[in-house]
Amino acid sequence: MGLVAALKTGGAKWLRRLFGRDHARIGIYGPPNAGKTTLANRIVRDFAGDVMGPASEVPHETRRVRKRANVEVKANGSSLTLDVVDTPGIATKIDFHEFMEVYGMSEEESRRRAKEATEGVIEAIRWLEDVEGVVLVMDANEDPFTQVNVTILGNLEARKKPVIIAANKIDLEGASATSIQNAFPQHPVVPLSALTGYNMDALYDTMIKHFR
Amino acid sequence: MPMAHDVSISLVSRKKLDHMSSLEKVAFILDEVKQDKILVLEVGLDPKEEASLIERTMREIEPDHFIGIEMESYKDDSPQRILGLLRTRGKGPLIQGRRASMTVVGPADRLRTISKDGNTIQALILGNAHEPDQARDRARPPRRR
Repeated sequence: MGLVAALKTGGAKWLRRLFGRDHARIGIYGPPNAGKTTLANRIVRDFAGDVMGPASEVPHETRRVRKRANVEVKANGSSLTLDVVDTPGIATKIDFHEFMEVYGMSEEESRRRAKEATEGVIEAIRWLEDVEGVVLVMDANEDPFTQVNVTILGNLEARKKPVIIAANKIDLEGASATSIQNAFPQHPVVPLSALTGYNMDALYDTMIKHFR
Repeated sequence: MPMAHDVSISLVSRKKLDHMSSLEKVAFILDEVKQDKILVLEVGLDPKEEASLIERTMREIEPDHFIGIEMESYKDDSPQRILGLLRTRGKGPLIQGRRASMTVVGPADRLRTISKDGNTIQALILGNAHEPDQARDRARPPRRR
Protein backbone atom coordinates (compact mmCIF):
# COMPACT_ATOMS: atom_id res chain seq x y z
CA MET A 1 0.00 0.00 0.00
CA GLY A 2 1.35 3.43 -0.92
CA LEU A 3 1.89 6.15 1.65
CA VAL A 4 -1.01 8.29 0.37
CA ALA A 5 -3.38 5.32 0.37
CA ALA A 6 -2.24 4.36 3.87
CA LEU A 7 -2.84 7.90 5.10
CA LYS A 8 -6.29 7.91 3.52
CA THR A 9 -7.21 4.60 5.13
CA GLY A 10 -5.79 5.64 8.49
CA GLY A 11 -7.51 9.01 8.27
CA ALA A 12 -10.84 7.41 7.44
CA LYS A 13 -10.51 5.09 10.43
CA TRP A 14 -9.63 8.02 12.70
CA LEU A 15 -12.62 10.02 11.48
CA ARG A 16 -14.90 7.00 11.98
CA ARG A 17 -13.66 6.65 15.54
CA LEU A 18 -14.24 10.35 16.17
CA PHE A 19 -17.65 10.76 14.57
CA GLY A 20 -18.88 7.19 14.19
CA ARG A 21 -19.70 5.45 10.95
CA ASP A 22 -22.88 6.22 9.03
CA HIS A 23 -22.83 3.03 6.95
CA ALA A 24 -22.19 -0.54 8.10
CA ARG A 25 -22.39 -4.06 6.68
CA ILE A 26 -24.26 -6.13 9.26
CA GLY A 27 -24.57 -9.91 9.28
CA ILE A 28 -27.58 -11.70 10.73
CA TYR A 29 -26.14 -14.88 12.24
CA GLY A 30 -27.32 -17.77 14.38
CA PRO A 31 -28.21 -21.43 14.48
CA PRO A 32 -30.90 -22.86 12.17
CA ASN A 33 -34.50 -21.92 13.03
CA ALA A 34 -33.58 -19.08 15.36
CA GLY A 35 -35.52 -16.64 13.16
CA LYS A 36 -32.71 -14.95 11.23
CA THR A 37 -34.62 -14.44 7.98
CA THR A 38 -37.78 -13.39 9.84
CA LEU A 39 -35.68 -10.74 11.59
CA ALA A 40 -33.94 -9.66 8.37
CA ASN A 41 -37.35 -9.40 6.68
CA ARG A 42 -38.69 -7.35 9.59
CA ILE A 43 -35.79 -4.88 9.40
CA VAL A 44 -36.00 -4.51 5.64
CA ARG A 45 -39.80 -4.28 5.67
CA ASP A 46 -39.79 -1.60 8.38
CA PHE A 47 -37.38 0.65 6.52
CA ALA A 48 -37.44 -0.32 2.84
CA GLY A 49 -40.92 -1.79 2.40
CA ASP A 50 -39.96 -5.20 0.95
CA VAL A 51 -38.48 -8.47 2.25
CA MET A 52 -35.26 -10.43 1.82
CA GLY A 53 -36.52 -13.97 1.36
CA PRO A 54 -38.88 -16.71 2.49
CA ALA A 55 -38.84 -17.89 6.11
CA SER A 56 -39.99 -21.35 7.14
CA GLU A 57 -40.29 -23.60 10.16
CA VAL A 58 -38.21 -26.17 8.28
CA PRO A 59 -34.54 -25.77 9.26
CA HIS A 60 -32.06 -24.52 6.65
CA GLU A 61 -34.66 -22.64 4.62
CA THR A 62 -31.96 -20.04 3.89
CA ARG A 63 -29.12 -21.86 2.18
CA ARG A 64 -27.38 -18.99 0.43
CA VAL A 65 -26.29 -15.63 1.80
CA ARG A 66 -28.72 -12.87 0.87
CA LYS A 67 -27.81 -9.20 0.82
CA ARG A 68 -29.88 -6.03 0.88
CA ALA A 69 -27.95 -2.79 0.48
CA ASN A 70 -28.70 0.67 1.82
CA VAL A 71 -31.38 0.09 4.41
CA GLU A 72 -31.59 3.29 6.45
CA VAL A 73 -32.49 2.38 10.01
CA LYS A 74 -33.87 5.21 12.16
CA ALA A 75 -34.53 5.43 15.89
CA ASN A 76 -34.78 8.27 18.39
CA GLY A 77 -33.74 10.90 15.88
CA SER A 78 -30.61 9.05 14.74
CA SER A 79 -30.03 6.92 11.68
CA LEU A 80 -27.57 4.42 10.27
CA THR A 81 -27.49 2.99 6.76
CA LEU A 82 -27.04 -0.76 6.74
CA ASP A 83 -26.15 -3.37 4.18
CA VAL A 84 -28.03 -6.32 5.69
CA VAL A 85 -26.52 -9.76 5.12
CA ASP A 86 -28.86 -12.64 5.98
CA THR A 87 -26.83 -15.81 6.45
CA PRO A 88 -27.69 -19.54 6.48
CA GLY A 89 -27.90 -21.12 9.93
CA ILE A 90 -24.63 -22.45 11.28
CA ALA A 91 -24.75 -26.06 12.45
CA THR A 92 -22.29 -28.85 13.22
CA LYS A 93 -24.52 -31.57 11.78
CA ILE A 94 -27.08 -31.92 8.99
CA ASP A 95 -29.15 -35.08 8.60
CA PHE A 96 -31.36 -35.32 5.52
CA HIS A 97 -33.56 -37.88 7.32
CA GLU A 98 -34.87 -35.08 9.53
CA PHE A 99 -36.36 -33.27 6.52
CA MET A 100 -38.06 -36.49 5.40
CA GLU A 101 -39.32 -37.83 8.70
CA VAL A 102 -40.13 -34.65 10.61
CA TYR A 103 -41.13 -32.35 7.77
CA GLY A 104 -42.47 -34.82 5.21
CA MET A 105 -40.18 -33.96 2.32
CA SER A 106 -39.30 -36.42 -0.41
CA GLU A 107 -35.95 -38.18 -0.18
CA GLU A 108 -34.63 -36.41 -3.26
CA GLU A 109 -35.67 -33.02 -1.96
CA SER A 110 -34.26 -33.79 1.49
CA ARG A 111 -30.89 -34.87 0.14
CA ARG A 112 -30.68 -31.77 -2.03
CA ARG A 113 -31.64 -29.53 0.88
CA ALA A 114 -29.01 -31.14 3.12
CA LYS A 115 -26.33 -30.75 0.47
CA GLU A 116 -27.20 -27.09 -0.08
CA ALA A 117 -27.33 -26.55 3.69
CA THR A 118 -23.74 -27.76 4.12
CA GLU A 119 -22.65 -25.28 1.46
CA GLY A 120 -24.65 -22.56 3.21
CA VAL A 121 -22.87 -23.17 6.52
CA ILE A 122 -19.50 -22.82 4.81
CA GLU A 123 -20.60 -19.61 3.10
CA ALA A 124 -21.89 -18.17 6.39
CA ILE A 125 -18.58 -18.89 8.14
CA ARG A 126 -16.64 -17.28 5.29
CA TRP A 127 -18.75 -14.12 5.60
CA LEU A 128 -17.60 -13.61 9.19
CA GLU A 129 -14.55 -11.88 7.71
CA ASP A 130 -16.58 -9.49 5.59
CA VAL A 131 -19.22 -8.13 7.96
CA GLU A 132 -18.54 -5.14 10.20
CA GLY A 133 -20.99 -6.08 12.93
CA VAL A 134 -23.38 -8.92 13.73
CA VAL A 135 -26.84 -9.42 15.11
CA LEU A 136 -26.64 -12.90 16.61
CA VAL A 137 -30.14 -14.37 16.74
CA MET A 138 -30.92 -16.85 19.50
CA ASP A 139 -34.19 -18.57 20.28
CA ALA A 140 -35.22 -17.35 23.75
CA ASN A 141 -36.86 -20.72 24.38
CA GLU A 142 -33.64 -22.69 23.94
CA ASP A 143 -30.49 -23.19 25.98
CA PRO A 144 -28.22 -20.41 24.68
CA PHE A 145 -24.95 -21.98 25.77
CA THR A 146 -24.50 -24.09 22.64
CA GLN A 147 -21.30 -24.76 20.79
CA VAL A 148 -22.55 -22.91 17.70
CA ASN A 149 -23.35 -19.75 19.68
CA VAL A 150 -20.04 -19.92 21.55
CA THR A 151 -18.10 -20.48 18.32
CA ILE A 152 -19.79 -17.57 16.52
CA LEU A 153 -19.24 -15.22 19.46
CA GLY A 154 -15.64 -16.36 19.92
CA ASN A 155 -14.88 -15.67 16.27
CA LEU A 156 -16.45 -12.22 16.39
CA GLU A 157 -14.68 -11.30 19.61
CA ALA A 158 -11.36 -12.51 18.18
CA ARG A 159 -11.96 -10.22 15.19
CA LYS A 160 -13.11 -7.39 17.51
CA LYS A 161 -16.45 -7.00 15.72
CA PRO A 162 -19.44 -5.56 17.59
CA VAL A 163 -22.27 -7.98 18.39
CA ILE A 164 -25.86 -7.54 19.48
CA ILE A 165 -27.74 -10.63 20.64
CA ALA A 166 -31.39 -10.74 19.58
CA ALA A 167 -33.31 -12.93 22.05
CA ASN A 168 -35.96 -13.88 19.52
CA LYS A 169 -39.37 -15.59 19.88
CA ILE A 170 -39.90 -13.83 23.20
CA ASP A 171 -43.64 -13.87 22.42
CA LEU A 172 -43.80 -17.63 23.03
CA GLU A 173 -44.98 -18.84 26.41
CA GLY A 174 -42.05 -19.67 28.67
CA ALA A 175 -39.52 -17.67 26.65
CA SER A 176 -36.93 -15.75 28.63
CA ALA A 177 -33.97 -13.56 27.75
CA THR A 178 -32.48 -13.99 31.22
CA SER A 179 -30.57 -17.17 30.47
CA ILE A 180 -29.05 -15.50 27.38
CA GLN A 181 -28.09 -12.43 29.39
CA ASN A 182 -26.52 -14.63 32.06
CA ALA A 183 -24.63 -16.72 29.50
CA PHE A 184 -23.21 -13.76 27.55
CA PRO A 185 -23.22 -10.71 29.84
CA GLN A 186 -20.48 -9.03 27.80
CA HIS A 187 -22.86 -8.29 24.90
CA PRO A 188 -26.10 -6.28 24.67
CA VAL A 189 -29.13 -8.59 24.61
CA VAL A 190 -32.45 -7.34 23.18
CA PRO A 191 -35.54 -9.47 23.84
CA LEU A 192 -37.82 -9.28 20.80
CA SER A 193 -40.19 -11.05 18.50
CA ALA A 194 -39.25 -10.71 14.85
CA LEU A 195 -42.57 -12.34 13.97
CA THR A 196 -44.83 -9.88 15.81
CA GLY A 197 -42.48 -6.90 15.77
CA TYR A 198 -42.38 -6.69 19.58
CA ASN A 199 -39.52 -4.51 20.87
CA MET A 200 -37.98 -3.94 17.42
CA ASP A 201 -37.54 -0.24 18.27
CA ALA A 202 -35.18 -1.26 21.06
CA LEU A 203 -33.17 -3.31 18.58
CA TYR A 204 -32.94 -0.41 16.12
CA ASP A 205 -31.85 1.96 18.87
CA THR A 206 -29.19 -0.52 20.04
CA MET A 207 -27.99 -1.12 16.46
CA ILE A 208 -27.47 2.58 15.82
CA LYS A 209 -25.58 3.04 19.08
CA HIS A 210 -23.55 -0.14 18.80
CA PHE A 211 -22.68 -0.32 15.10
CA ARG A 212 -21.81 3.35 14.54
CA MET B 1 -10.46 -52.24 16.48
CA PRO B 2 -13.97 -51.72 17.86
CA MET B 3 -16.89 -53.70 16.46
CA ALA B 4 -19.64 -51.80 14.67
CA HIS B 5 -21.80 -51.49 17.80
CA ASP B 6 -18.99 -50.59 20.18
CA VAL B 7 -18.13 -47.05 21.13
CA SER B 8 -14.51 -46.04 21.44
CA ILE B 9 -13.61 -43.12 23.68
CA SER B 10 -10.17 -41.52 23.46
CA LEU B 11 -8.80 -39.13 26.04
CA VAL B 12 -6.35 -36.88 24.20
CA SER B 13 -3.67 -35.12 26.20
CA ARG B 14 -2.74 -31.45 26.08
CA LYS B 15 0.81 -32.53 25.21
CA LYS B 16 -0.32 -34.30 22.05
CA LEU B 17 -2.52 -31.40 20.96
CA ASP B 18 0.11 -28.77 21.70
CA HIS B 19 2.40 -30.43 19.19
CA MET B 20 -0.12 -30.06 16.39
CA SER B 21 -0.77 -27.10 14.10
CA SER B 22 -4.35 -25.85 13.74
CA LEU B 23 -4.76 -27.75 10.48
CA GLU B 24 -3.38 -30.92 12.01
CA LYS B 25 -5.72 -30.68 15.00
CA VAL B 26 -8.80 -30.24 12.83
CA ALA B 27 -7.75 -33.09 10.55
CA PHE B 28 -6.96 -35.36 13.52
CA ILE B 29 -10.31 -34.71 15.22
CA LEU B 30 -12.32 -35.23 12.07
CA ASP B 31 -10.46 -38.38 11.07
CA GLU B 32 -11.04 -39.90 14.50
CA VAL B 33 -14.70 -38.89 14.68
CA LYS B 34 -15.37 -40.30 11.22
CA GLN B 35 -14.11 -43.62 12.58
CA ASP B 36 -16.93 -43.46 15.15
CA LYS B 37 -14.66 -42.43 17.99
CA ILE B 38 -15.60 -40.01 20.73
CA LEU B 39 -12.77 -37.74 21.80
CA VAL B 40 -12.32 -36.01 25.11
CA LEU B 41 -9.68 -33.35 24.57
CA GLU B 42 -7.78 -32.16 27.61
CA VAL B 43 -7.57 -28.79 25.90
CA GLY B 44 -9.80 -27.73 23.05
CA LEU B 45 -9.69 -25.43 20.06
CA ASP B 46 -9.62 -21.68 19.73
CA PRO B 47 -12.67 -20.06 18.06
CA LYS B 48 -11.07 -19.91 14.60
CA GLU B 49 -10.09 -23.57 14.83
CA GLU B 50 -13.66 -24.40 15.89
CA ALA B 51 -15.01 -22.54 12.85
CA SER B 52 -12.49 -24.37 10.68
CA LEU B 53 -13.61 -27.71 12.15
CA ILE B 54 -17.26 -26.89 11.39
CA GLU B 55 -16.37 -25.81 7.86
CA ARG B 56 -14.38 -28.97 7.17
CA THR B 57 -17.11 -31.11 8.74
CA MET B 58 -19.61 -29.63 6.31
CA ARG B 59 -17.34 -30.53 3.40
CA GLU B 60 -17.07 -34.13 4.56
CA ILE B 61 -20.70 -34.87 5.33
CA GLU B 62 -21.85 -37.96 3.48
CA PRO B 63 -25.61 -38.28 3.95
CA ASP B 64 -25.63 -42.07 4.41
CA HIS B 65 -22.46 -42.39 6.50
CA PHE B 66 -21.48 -39.19 8.28
CA ILE B 67 -23.98 -36.50 9.30
CA GLY B 68 -21.60 -34.26 11.21
CA ILE B 69 -20.24 -33.77 14.69
CA GLU B 70 -21.51 -33.09 18.19
CA MET B 71 -19.11 -30.90 20.15
CA GLU B 72 -19.24 -29.26 23.56
CA SER B 73 -16.55 -27.47 25.48
CA TYR B 74 -15.75 -25.05 28.24
CA LYS B 75 -13.85 -21.86 27.71
CA ASP B 76 -10.83 -21.41 29.90
CA ASP B 77 -11.73 -18.76 32.50
CA SER B 78 -8.17 -17.61 32.94
CA PRO B 79 -7.46 -14.76 30.53
CA GLN B 80 -4.45 -15.08 28.27
CA ARG B 81 -3.77 -11.38 28.41
CA ILE B 82 -4.24 -8.86 31.19
CA LEU B 83 -5.62 -6.38 28.64
CA GLY B 84 -8.23 -8.89 27.65
CA LEU B 85 -9.40 -9.05 31.26
CA LEU B 86 -9.42 -5.28 31.64
CA ARG B 87 -11.51 -4.83 28.52
CA THR B 88 -14.37 -6.78 30.04
CA ARG B 89 -14.77 -4.12 32.75
CA GLY B 90 -16.11 -6.66 35.16
CA LYS B 91 -19.01 -7.60 32.87
CA GLY B 92 -17.88 -11.14 32.30
CA PRO B 93 -15.03 -12.77 30.45
CA LEU B 94 -14.80 -12.33 26.72
CA ILE B 95 -14.41 -15.56 24.77
CA GLN B 96 -12.02 -13.74 22.38
CA GLY B 97 -9.31 -15.92 20.88
CA ARG B 98 -9.22 -18.05 23.97
CA ARG B 99 -9.22 -21.73 23.28
CA ALA B 100 -11.59 -24.07 24.98
CA SER B 101 -10.52 -26.19 27.90
CA MET B 102 -11.98 -29.68 28.16
CA THR B 103 -13.87 -30.55 24.97
CA VAL B 104 -16.01 -33.52 24.00
CA VAL B 105 -16.45 -34.21 20.30
CA GLY B 106 -17.95 -37.17 18.50
CA PRO B 107 -20.07 -38.27 15.57
CA ALA B 108 -23.50 -36.59 15.69
CA ASP B 109 -25.36 -39.87 15.28
CA ARG B 110 -23.58 -41.39 18.29
CA LEU B 111 -23.21 -38.50 20.73
CA ARG B 112 -25.93 -36.21 21.99
CA THR B 113 -25.53 -33.40 24.51
CA ILE B 114 -28.28 -33.53 27.12
CA SER B 115 -27.33 -30.54 29.20
CA LYS B 116 -24.48 -28.19 29.84
CA ASP B 117 -23.82 -25.64 32.53
CA GLY B 118 -20.76 -23.91 33.91
CA ASN B 119 -19.47 -27.09 35.51
CA THR B 120 -20.90 -30.15 33.83
CA ILE B 121 -21.44 -31.42 30.31
CA GLN B 122 -23.92 -34.28 30.32
CA ALA B 123 -23.99 -36.32 27.13
CA LEU B 124 -25.66 -39.47 25.90
CA ILE B 125 -23.70 -41.99 23.88
CA LEU B 126 -26.06 -43.61 21.42
CA GLY B 127 -25.14 -47.24 21.07
CA ASN B 128 -26.22 -49.92 18.66
CA ALA B 129 -25.05 -48.79 15.26
CA HIS B 130 -26.98 -51.76 13.85
CA GLU B 131 -30.18 -49.81 14.37
CA PRO B 132 -29.34 -46.43 12.90
CA ASP B 133 -32.96 -45.30 12.75
CA GLN B 134 -33.36 -45.65 16.51
CA ALA B 135 -30.10 -43.87 17.13
CA ARG B 136 -31.18 -41.09 14.78
CA ASP B 137 -34.55 -40.72 16.49
CA ARG B 138 -32.83 -40.22 19.82
CA ALA B 139 -30.30 -37.80 18.32
CA ARG B 140 -32.96 -35.66 16.63
CA PRO B 141 -34.07 -32.44 18.32
CA PRO B 142 -37.77 -31.93 19.02
CA ARG B 143 -39.71 -29.91 16.46
CA ARG B 144 -40.29 -26.29 17.41
CA ARG B 145 -41.69 -23.19 15.76
